[in-house]
Amino acid sequence: MLETIWFILWGVLWAVYFMLDGFDLGLGTLLPVLSKNETDRRIIYNSMGPFWDGNEVWLITAGGATFAAFPVAYAVMFNGLYSALLLLLFALIIRGVCFEFRNKIDSDGWRGLWDAAMVIGSFLPALLLGVAFANIFEGLPIDQDGVFQGGLFTLLNPYGLAGGVLFVLLFLVHGSLWLALKSEGALQQRAGAMAKKLWPVLLVVAVLFLAFTLVATDLFNNYFKMPVLWILPLIAVLALLGTFVFIRQAAWLKAWLSSAVTILFVTFFGVAGLFPRLLPSSLNPAYSITIQNGAASQLTLKIMLVVALIMVPIVIAYQLWVYLFLGNKVTEKDLAYEEAY
Amino acid sequence: MDVLMLSRLQFAVATMFHFLFVPLTLGLSILTAIYETMYVKTGDEDYKRAAKFWGKLFLINFALGVVTGITLEFQFGTNWSSYSKYVGDIFGSLLAIEATLAFYLESTFIGVWIFTWNKVKPKTHALFIWLVAIASNISALWILIANGWMQHPVGYTMRNGRAELVDFWAVITNKFAVLEFMHTVSGAYILAGFFVMGVCGYHLLRKNEVQFFKKSFNVAVTFALVFALFEAFNGHLHGAEVAETQPAKLAAMESHWETASSVPMYLLQIPDPANERNSVQAIPIPGMLSMLAHHDPSATVKGLKDFPASERPPVTLTFWSFRLMVGLGFLFILIAGLGWLKRNDIENQAGLLKLFIYAIPLPYLALELGWAVAEVGRQPWIVYGLMKTADAVSILDVSQVAISLTAFVVFYSILGLIDFYLLSKYARKGPVH
Repeated sequence: MLETIWFILWGVLWAVYFMLDGFDLGLGTLLPVLSKNETDRRIIYNSMGPFWDGNEVWLITAGGATFAAFPVAYAVMFNGLYSALLLLLFALIIRGVCFEFRNKIDSDGWRGLWDAAMVIGSFLPALLLGVAFANIFEGLPIDQDGVFQGGLFTLLNPYGLAGGVLFVLLFLVHGSLWLALKSEGALQQRAGAMAKKLWPVLLVVAVLFLAFTLVATDLFNNYFKMPVLWILPLIAVLALLGTFVFIRQAAWLKAWLSSAVTILFVTFFGVAGLFPRLLPSSLNPAYSITIQNGAASQLTLKIMLVVALIMVPIVIAYQLWVYLFLGNKVTEKDLAYEEAY
Repeated sequence: MDVLMLSRLQFAVATMFHFLFVPLTLGLSILTAIYETMYVKTGDEDYKRAAKFWGKLFLINFALGVVTGITLEFQFGTNWSSYSKYVGDIFGSLLAIEATLAFYLESTFIGVWIFTWNKVKPKTHALFIWLVAIASNISALWILIANGWMQHPVGYTMRNGRAELVDFWAVITNKFAVLEFMHTVSGAYILAGFFVMGVCGYHLLRKNEVQFFKKSFNVAVTFALVFALFEAFNGHLHGAEVAETQPAKLAAMESHWETASSVPMYLLQIPDPANERNSVQAIPIPGMLSMLAHHDPSATVKGLKDFPASERPPVTLTFWSFRLMVGLGFLFILIAGLGWLKRNDIENQAGLLKLFIYAIPLPYLALELGWAVAEVGRQPWIVYGLMKTADAVSILDVSQVAISLTAFVVFYSILGLIDFYLLSKYARKGPVH
């Protein structure tokens, strides 16, 4: 029972991480495309400024919760995906320092360097996270000892890459919508137009990915066993369609929220299909790391659950407050603020 | 080199680099919060400028502290997966609690603090930096509870082929961890105090913004002196706890070979591990080591020879790291004490002001040495007495770790140089008018 609760929490933590960091990873990737001048770029940086760090902690927590609740899954996953995860780490490191470093030396070359770092540091995590999770969905080549029989290139199989492309597109739309929400004038128009242009591509990729999932994975088994689960992909699809409706209405907040729900439920769709496995083995189903053979002790799960039930709502409450409190549009006037990025 | 050695090096690089930034975060967040609180209390604009000036340096430093911290969490899984499986039930939960309890708070409110100088009342704004400061320090507490458990594992039982949690309370009240926490954060506060004193020294020597820097200096020198004194006291307690729980580490710290009672401490000593002796050993203080280790001048202190060679930590590195750290610790009391005595006339003490500038790197060195004592001195164990480092490593190709280690060294060197350059640039620039 406790294992099941933690499996759900595990999925929720990753989903919230994708939903939150998704927009700043997507927006960071689009930085050179959406901006025409230095003012635009600074507006983009400042639109993510107060939020990106808090967003990224969801990744730390998702990782930490995997470690605490499913230590075996954590060990197998991080060991097996070594190169991919270290690449992700380096990308997040250079991205994280961009905000602080970029405006500290007044030179176009210097700023250009960190803009490039921002693009790479945003695009790579989006891609790698998608590739990693698609690979988990289809199963990793792990043997009976939990040893990963492959390398970085094992992950770059067609389905894995499809997952990567899907994540990148989800985040690009999400990021464009964030900027449309947080800016005004020509920049806002470009951001909105970008979302509108990318959406059909996302739709096509999402449909293809879904069809590919049916062929390449056994995620749908759980759905046939328990039809009520269909509600998860259904919400994802409706939210994706809703995103487009709101984009056409230029209702940016609704569009962004809709896109957020899409990302949440796309993740839930995959995670629900995995249950009760955290890391399915593609070599032999018996080698899979599941909530039974991968979980921590009952006492640890219980203590962690108490901590999570108290702290996670508090975290959500103050982060929500921050989003509301600092939710205003970023304008040129805000760039004159002494502490702005 | 094999995967084990490369992974150890990689972990050492990642930890020591991370710890170039964390102590200043821990201490300067508090100092910045103190300055901002003094602004709220007195209305003196200099303190607001101080909060902004030191806060800017804090942020430049903070950025690298945060991003290099993620590396450490990842490493346990990527390079030490056997360890993660074996003790993840306890160790993993401590890291997860750290994230939910502290890291969210710190990372969320740092953004709020940056962006709300003119959006909220001064009192509320000061509260934000206090939340950041408190959260950073709570973060340190949980990380050190986790490390303390590796040093002195408690509250577990061996079940299902791994260490499982049986007494959470014992884990979080582990005396070793509590002492380690006090010792580490006090070190961090000394470092932050010396950092501020050094930057003040630079400007006061040039008679730049004398009133402003004197105000900053007064707080910092008091802060540094209080914690330098406290460090000597808690450092002694910590050492005595090591003597109880990790006798092999203590013996290596003192390069003490033969088990004996009434053991003196030699002020001059050079270890010679190849011959299991000290090549130089002079100026003894009778009974001092027994006294320090067990609070009894005639107590028996176990020597290295009583441990099988395979269970002894590297003596030379542990010994010198410890000696140097302790020496620096006393030097900090002296420097901070002098600064405190002359604080009212500090702008005219050219010699002292120069000393403060040159002293900036010393607490950094002392803190890195302290980690070397803690971690190298624990070898060959990853969890003392429970799991050897050699059994903890992941299954990886040498090339994978060689590439990632190289990448870490290159990446970190570049980022570190940039960060220290920016710190020094903005420190020299002085506060905004």
